[in-house]
Amino acid sequence: MGAGSAGTAAIHGGRRLLLEVKNLAVAYGGVQAVKGIDFCITRGELVCLIGANGAGKTTTLKALCGLVPTAHGSVHYQQHSITNHPTHEIVRRGMVLVPEGRGIFSRLSVAENLAMGAYTRNDHAAIKSETDYIHSLFPRLYERRHQKAGTLSGGEQQMLALGRAILAKPQLLLLDEPSMGLAPLMVSKIFETIRHIAGQGMTILLVEQNAKLALEISHRGYVMESGLITLHDTASNLSTNPRVRHAYLGE
Amino acid sequence: MDIFLQQLINGLVLGSIYALVALGYTMVYGILELINFAHGEITMIGAMVSLAVINLLIGSTLDLPGVMIVFMGVLTAIPACMALGFVIERVAYRPLRHAPRLAPLITAIGVSIVLQNAAMLIWGRQYISFPPIIPIQRYEVLGATISNLQIFIFIFSALLMAGLIMLVHKTRLGRAMRATAQSPQAASLMGVNVNNIIAITFILGSALAAIAGVMVGAYYGLAHYYMGFLLGLKAFCAAVLGGIGNIAGAMLGGLLLGVIESLGAGYIGDLTGGFLGSHYQDVFAFLVLILVLVFRPSGLLGERVVERA
Repeated sequence: MGAGSAGTAAIHGGRRLLLEVKNLAVAYGGVQAVKGIDFCITRGELVCLIGANGAGKTTTLKALCGLVPTAHGSVHYQQHSITNHPTHEIVRRGMVLVPEGRGIFSRLSVAENLAMGAYTRNDHAAIKSETDYIHSLFPRLYERRHQKAGTLSGGEQQMLALGRAILAKPQLLLLDEPSMGLAPLMVSKIFETIRHIAGQGMTILLVEQNAKLALEISHRGYVMESGLITLHDTASNLSTNPRVRHAYLGE
Repeated sequence: MDIFLQQLINGLVLGSIYALVALGYTMVYGILELINFAHGEITMIGAMVSLAVINLLIGSTLDLPGVMIVFMGVLTAIPACMALGFVIERVAYRPLRHAPRLAPLITAIGVSIVLQNAAMLIWGRQYISFPPIIPIQRYEVLGATISNLQIFIFIFSALLMAGLIMLVHKTRLGRAMRATAQSPQAASLMGVNVNNIIAITFILGSALAAIAGVMVGAYYGLAHYYMGFLLGLKAFCAAVLGGIGNIAGAMLGGLLLGVIESLGAGYIGDLTGGFLGSHYQDVFAFLVLILVLVFRPSGLLGERVVERA
């Protein structure tokens, strides 16, 4: 871990700790994409993981969800090890990933995509009212509920992916590059929604290349470079850190 | 005109059986992109198991009515084939899930050979006749004849297919199956146990194959350890004709192939001046396969799959 571990001692002590990653490493073939990283998230936090293309951010998220096997290290979630557990079991415990590229079922309708989000639940009345809530957040999804999801624009697909993930009732929501490939107006709409659901108490780990936007809405941030976490601090400290400003904020 | 109507009826009956088998190919392909060449053999096992049960009950002192005996035969064949489909997936295909695509394909052919030889060892090399325990009645319709068995096969197949469509499009399980077919990874991120969905797909396809096997055995009055081979290949052609991976396509392809084959067999003698006879009927399925692959490789209802850019 890098400089400025501000406040982490207090965080580690409490039982509000939701996710704790220790010495996590992931290798594809012979290439080490993640080379032993530590980080943690407590309940109610919005934490971002920023870094350049190929730094290992997406691989880290995939390893947390069991989509790629870890080489070594451990992932503890709600005080239990979930290292290399099957993805569907991790999701059922409340850790939900919106993957890079959104993972929309393009040949299913918008409504069916949302229903897939609630796949693990059977409290039908609550699902119904939460679906209405998603529709109020994103009226476009309601207008297009009978359309095939593949016909939606990129931004609408990102709304659908976000809405679908919220319907899974996550304890921890992992977002991989939600701004990727979207028009600026749509990016601000998506980030406004992320800030909104975080404000309602959702714990979020946000992975972004757009460091400026990510740091604006996050509480804390980690900076990842070539498979290692090189910096860790509060979001406001990071956005004034000269190294971050030079490397990621284009100054 | 009457020969046309007669061959049309025969074709629709045969086609509904092809459709049931084709569904098994297309559902597995839809999820795994694997052509399960052992599927035809599951049909054969269905026919053989039901026949064994039927002969056992006829030989017994129970003196059950004919319909009841056939019903018991079907009711044994279905779970037997479901179990077989489950075991094949678990033992032969799952370990190769992430292997290059050729490996499971060759394994499928291997499984097919194993099942054929196992059936030969158990039931012998000779043709086994289906005992005619249900009296066949024939009805005259506009100069063509149709039997009670034909009517039953067609209606029962239609009901099964309607049931499958309901399952796939109206239930939570069906939605999970379609989601898994599109992206197993995204489905797992929704909490879907993808391995279970794949197992269920094999089990469902095998149940349909079991029923189709009993139908074929009863329709032709014969069962044989090798009967699954040609039936499986034709059903595969039907699935490709409809667009492999597409459930409605398998149904359409099966019916069309049955009709094409029947009409072809009915007219080939006249068209070639008696040079080729109706025993050339097997040619048509493969002719159709070649034409589809040349002119419309995605099949009649298959989508040219263009995922997001």
